[in-house]
Amino acid sequence: MTKNLNLSKVKTKPVETIVKFFITMSAFAAILISVAIVFTLLTEAINFFRDPAVTFKEYFTATRWTPTFKNPVYGVLPLVSSTLYIALIACIISFPLGLFSAIYLSEFASRRTRKIIKPIMEILAGVPTVVFGYFALNWITPNIVQRFIPGSGVFNAISAGIAVGIMIIPTVASISDDALNAVPKSLRMGSLALGSTRRITALKIMLPAALSGIIASFILGFSRAIGETMIVTIAGGQYPELNLDPRKAMYTITSSIVNVSLGDTPHGTTAYNALFALGITLFIMTFILNIFSDYIARKYRKEYEQ
Amino acid sequence: MNNSQLLKGSKKERELKELAFLTILYLCVTVAIVTLMTLIYDVISTGYSRLLSDYELGLINKVTIDNPKDFLTSLDSRDPLKAGIGPAFAGTIWLMVIVIASTFPLGAGAAIYLQEFAPRNKLTRFIELNLTNLAGVPSVIYGLMGLAVFVRLAGFGRSVLSGGLTLTLLILPVVIVASREALKAVPDTIRQGALALGSTRFQAIFRQVVPSAIPGMVTGMVLGLSRAIGETAPLIFMGALTYVNYYPDTPLSGFTAIPIQVYNWIGYPQSEWKDTSSAGIILLLGLLLSMNALALIIRNRFEKDW
Repeated sequence: MTKNLNLSKVKTKPVETIVKFFITMSAFAAILISVAIVFTLLTEAINFFRDPAVTFKEYFTATRWTPTFKNPVYGVLPLVSSTLYIALIACIISFPLGLFSAIYLSEFASRRTRKIIKPIMEILAGVPTVVFGYFALNWITPNIVQRFIPGSGVFNAISAGIAVGIMIIPTVASISDDALNAVPKSLRMGSLALGSTRRITALKIMLPAALSGIIASFILGFSRAIGETMIVTIAGGQYPELNLDPRKAMYTITSSIVNVSLGDTPHGTTAYNALFALGITLFIMTFILNIFSDYIARKYRKEYEQ
Repeated sequence: MNNSQLLKGSKKERELKELAFLTILYLCVTVAIVTLMTLIYDVISTGYSRLLSDYELGLINKVTIDNPKDFLTSLDSRDPLKAGIGPAFAGTIWLMVIVIASTFPLGAGAAIYLQEFAPRNKLTRFIELNLTNLAGVPSVIYGLMGLAVFVRLAGFGRSVLSGGLTLTLLILPVVIVASREALKAVPDTIRQGALALGSTRFQAIFRQVVPSAIPGMVTGMVLGLSRAIGETAPLIFMGALTYVNYYPDTPLSGFTAIPIQVYNWIGYPQSEWKDTSSAGIILLLGLLLSMNALALIIRNRFEKDW
């Protein structure tokens, strides 16, 4: 780094001052964006709870979310349960598939295979969520869910969950792959030299050694599943009451945000403020998970840093 | 680990287990790839005929069609066979221009500051922490923030400018991180060489380091941009879902974008709309894939291997 070098004291030109000022400001934009997110969510959410039509107790205990009905009920419970339910289905799909793909890539695949599979994973990661939503509704639902699980509706949690799961496979796979690659080679060599097979090496040596990174990838994947919007809006339906049957429609936090915003929501109405109350609920959930994932990943990075 | 665990079972048994494990790994990787293939095949097989213009269809079927319409340039319509993606395509291009114009200076500026100038203190670490957290915030939240900040507070209304700026904030953290990586890859000898020849630190950074990092920065930009144009959720709050059937002519005009238009079409129940939405998805995927290819070309062509 240049920081340690003693630089000549040349007079700075005004252009340099301006440029330096600009780039410093750009860096501070990161803080500004965070502040803007927290501030806007908070102020409008506070307005929501101040509204006489809403009570704190109702928001957290009522089992219906019907803001556009004549007698609106604002209960976040069915939304949170749907969100977690679909995210859980997504995790059941993506954790094993993502982790095993990562093990294959880092422990078994040849360099050439890696060079082919990695870009495919990147393409999968780059597919817009609205496309996955289309795929869930028009392909997964009729060809898989409705065929093998009788009684499934056109909009159902399983199909949405599967599509969200497929969407987060690349996230889980690439972070787990990084974690496995960060384990010193000597561990793998040692295990193989002692006569253990590649399977034993992968499962009993590499996996435990990279465990914290893998867990971090799981948490991040879970957080992404919770925040996913378009797939669940398109394929998950809008059933505004508590429902634990995955063959039926559900109503996640994100899809209710989209649906409320599609209705007539002029600034200042309860429905408008409700958007932000949902927004901050979602923000807090994903924020805690992201911090947790980052903390675990950081801790693990230290383990092998020399 | 003890020996008994390693040598459990006969040799044949162990070999069989080894093979079974490898098969499971193969299957897991295959699921991701097969899903991607199925998705692409399904979309292309249902949508390709709508992508051809009536004129081309006429040529193929050897009939003349009066008043031929082209999917890419014609307006949206209530008739699925006449609906085109023109205004949405134009909206996406508008968004791209705004995103490029605002992301490049901000993203590059922040990266240069953080990588080259920033002192290693608590404030810098706080900015970095903010960037990591922002990258994990769900895109709907950015939409809500954009609604409160750009649409209401700044008074841009539900316009293509609000949409573009919201997308900019969404991809900024990713672009900054990628640009920093590009700067980090420039070896210190370049900085030291420039300084040794008598240039100021500012000259060394802006005339030597930044120009050599430009390909990497542009790659990061293009990848960020491809993420931005695939986004649907944040644009819904910008009013992009209302029936917009005109080309935006100023930054403050209303707009729609390709993913939003596709989402709109997916919502219609008649099966003809499936072809139309598939055609939109083909266009969207084609756009994204060519941008990813562009990023790859820039990376391979111009990036120096130090």
